Amino acid sequence: MTKPTRIEVNCTTGEVLEIELTDAEIQQREDDRIAYEAAKAEEATNAALKAEQKAGLLERLGITAEEAELLLS
Amino acid sequence: MATFIKIATVDLTGSQSSIDFTSIPATYTDLCIKYSARTDRANTNSDIYLQFNGVTTATYSFKRIYGNGTATAASDGLTNNATGGFAGTADGASATASTFGNCEVYIPNYAGSTAKSWSVDGVNENNATSALAALYVGSWSGTAAITSISLKDYNAANFVQYSTATLYGISKS
Repeated sequence: MTKPTRIEVNCTTGEVLEIELTDAEIQQREDDRIAYEAAKAEEATNAALKAEQKAGLLERLGITAEEAELLLS
Repeated sequence: MATFIKIATVDLTGSQSSIDFTSIPATYTDLCIKYSARTDRANTNSDIYLQFNGVTTATYSFKRIYGNGTATAASDGLTNNATGGFAGTADGASATASTFGNCEVYIPNYAGSTAKSWSVDGVNENNATSALAALYVGSWSGTAAITSISLKDYNAANFVQYSTATLYGISKS
């Protein structure tokens, strides 16, 4: 199977190279993808939790989000 | 008056996993990358990130505000990310054929010895109701001068043919 390549331009010499990724680089690329997806998922979870906490607080206070915004303006 | 000086351009004739500018001279004040890109990701858009000097430690923090013409505008970001920092958006394979995402990445004081920042404005061309438009800001805590910059896709997709990227150096005079 053909390995993916990357394009590299040397900004001092102008040389342009097309370089095949090593097995380690291919693995790193996959690890990076998984890490990014995990970080995004964690961020989404935290955002959802924060929204839930905010809604609960507004309910306890008995005011709407617009009213809370007015209080803080 | 600031002057943009073209350092290097890459025009892809085939698929590439990354676009790497290396051995960047330290003779300019700022750097700017303008790119027009499309990837083979099965989506309308493709999140592009940058890496400085090949660093893959938890040193990149960034925020993005974005809208796409249909959903409510939103924001996201990551703190101390190890993979790299958001650097715009390319079109993915599901976008209208022959369209590209277009972005400008600005990196001030790239050769300094303190942490570096960058900003990006970008938009997908989709010629349809929905297309992503976004503004990005980021900070890299590395203190070394930036001598190389890599552009990659967060989902391990490949840049496809006709994608282009140009690196400019900004000179004070």
